[in-house]
Amino acid sequence: MSLRILVGVKRVIDYAVKIRVKPDKSGVITEGVKHSMNPFDEIAIEEAVRMKEKKIAKEIVAFSCGPAQCQETLRTALAMGADRGIHVEVAGPQFDTLQPLHISKMLAQLAKDEQIDLIILGKQAIDDDCNQTAQMTAALLDWPQATSASKIEAKDGSLQVVREIDGGLETIKVKLPTVVSADLRLNEPRYATLPNIMKAKKKPIKKLTPKDLGVDVSPRIEVVTVEEPPVRLAGAKVENVDMMVEKLKALGHA
Amino acid sequence: MAQLIKSMAGPVPLRRSFLLINRNFSSKSPKQSAGYCFELTPEQLEIQQLARQFSRSEIIPVAAHHDRTGEYPWDIIKKAHGLGLMNHHIPEEFGGSDIGSFESAVIMEEFGYGCCGITTPMDVNNLGQIPVVLAGNKEQKKKYLGRMVEEPLICAYGVTEPGAGSDVAAIKTKAEKKGDHYVLNGQKMWITNAGHANWYFVLARTNLDPKAPAHKALTGFIVDRDTPGLTPGRKEINMGQRASDTRGITFEDVLVPKENVLIGEGTGFKIAMGAFDRTRPTVASGAVGLAQRALDEATKYALERSTFGVPIAKHQLIMNMLAEMAMSIELARLAWMRASWETDQGRRNTYYASIAKAMAADVANKCATDAVQIFGGNGYNTDYPVEKLMRDAKIYQIYEGTAQIQRLIIARELLSRASSNPSS
Repeated sequence: MSLRILVGVKRVIDYAVKIRVKPDKSGVITEGVKHSMNPFDEIAIEEAVRMKEKKIAKEIVAFSCGPAQCQETLRTALAMGADRGIHVEVAGPQFDTLQPLHISKMLAQLAKDEQIDLIILGKQAIDDDCNQTAQMTAALLDWPQATSASKIEAKDGSLQVVREIDGGLETIKVKLPTVVSADLRLNEPRYATLPNIMKAKKKPIKKLTPKDLGVDVSPRIEVVTVEEPPVRLAGAKVENVDMMVEKLKALGHA
Repeated sequence: MAQLIKSMAGPVPLRRSFLLINRNFSSKSPKQSAGYCFELTPEQLEIQQLARQFSRSEIIPVAAHHDRTGEYPWDIIKKAHGLGLMNHHIPEEFGGSDIGSFESAVIMEEFGYGCCGITTPMDVNNLGQIPVVLAGNKEQKKKYLGRMVEEPLICAYGVTEPGAGSDVAAIKTKAEKKGDHYVLNGQKMWITNAGHANWYFVLARTNLDPKAPAHKALTGFIVDRDTPGLTPGRKEINMGQRASDTRGITFEDVLVPKENVLIGEGTGFKIAMGAFDRTRPTVASGAVGLAQRALDEATKYALERSTFGVPIAKHQLIMNMLAEMAMSIELARLAWMRASWETDQGRRNTYYASIAKAMAADVANKCATDAVQIFGGNGYNTDYPVEKLMRDAKIYQIYEGTAQIQRLIIARELLSRASSNPSS
């Protein structure tokens, strides 16, 4: 097998940062806040790199959509082992209303333009937790999908994927080309080595606009308000179970 | 009533913030200016990120263990070697990371934040290699630097003796020429990595004429560990940086082939001193890393610990200490950045390197002490991380040129500039 793999990498607010809502409630504060690659996307890149090392894949293309700083995320992907990057630049207010459907359309078009055999995405982004992009991309391309993958094996021209589902583990076989979304236990991403960081400088990043891919990024949603979760209220002690049931009923919870 | 805000209309106003120099954060690309730039390049940021991740996930968790047991951090060294975080100065043609002095110092600051006891062995590796990088011929580089790249090996820098530390010119270890070899006799002391090194850079006296000046009497040698007659002493138990391995070495009729002389007889002093100009910025940055750790730990503690009904961070005298720590760290950081940048520009950086090292060592000590103070009784105790910082910090004022020697160097540079160019 000699696959060309497309991996989506999203630049998100770092998982360790304490998120704050903007005073005007239009969104969360991103200015001056530490960003990094979505952890599930790191796992996706790592899987692609391992497939290349096993000679199952021949080329890895990393893709990111967003403002200019996405180049940093792409550089990290290149340092981890991707061969080249594609940056679709979308900035400002348009970026704030980007939805998985927009990204899926871009991925689908890129899959056709770049002759991609396998798309690996993170299962979800840690900022919006949508868990939609992989599924929608597969549907747009009419490709099979294997989501929440915790193990991928290449066998006789198709992939055998173990999926983590509510009931346990499900093993499915998907024909190529296909879309896979990476779950937490798929692998442990490597550190980019210093020599690879230096080499990544020389790897190309192609810049495109949504128009180049025929994707309309006008907003499909309107952000009405963004608020912090309600502050946790103090509890109350009750004497026995009957009293608890009464209280719950009184508060409208039962 | 929740406010309803439509984000459909116009652009969301973005505050134009120029060059946010947040330690950790990516920001907009800086406006390209012709003069100073306080922003790291994207590659430098990546390298910093890698070193930071490594330091936080690999070094910090084991630091206390190595401090307690004195165990040499081979695991960390091997991992760092695998990631290309060692061998900073070895040129690319020999397989090294070949990064600039600046990038090297960026890495060492992150490492110093984790544990300088563990990372000093790695930095001394760079120190031992630099004489070969600067003064070695092609065969020497290939033989001794090449092997450092292939496997995680350690080397050491053997100059100091029991009777001569600051006064390098007074070293007594002799090297007598006998046929195709030199015979080394003498003793070295306080040599970091002595017990684990694969080879040593050794400075010895080839010209026994007592009137011969240092810059003609001393010669630099590369000495293999397994040469008969070379005996490392016991591991010294020191106040701090206990994971590091410091020993004496005895040379008894140690035969060193003449091919292992760097450049030629009499050039050793200059080589040894030239090495320091390259490594002082990284020692300085390591000290700044320690100081930053002290500040971060103290800040965190000050926000959690309460006395007199409020977190101690609200008491002005604590705020004063934190502020002074922050001031000194920012300045010390700028100092090492300048010193390493000067070297990367191809210029002699002695003045800046000494300023950076002297400053950073003092800052590290003060910050570590203040951190212990802020922690109070807890700070004195080994369950809390700051007493180790205080013990680790002291040596920064001593090794790689004592605080006093640095000041002499700075003054001499200053005075020589003043007498040659009074107006500048």
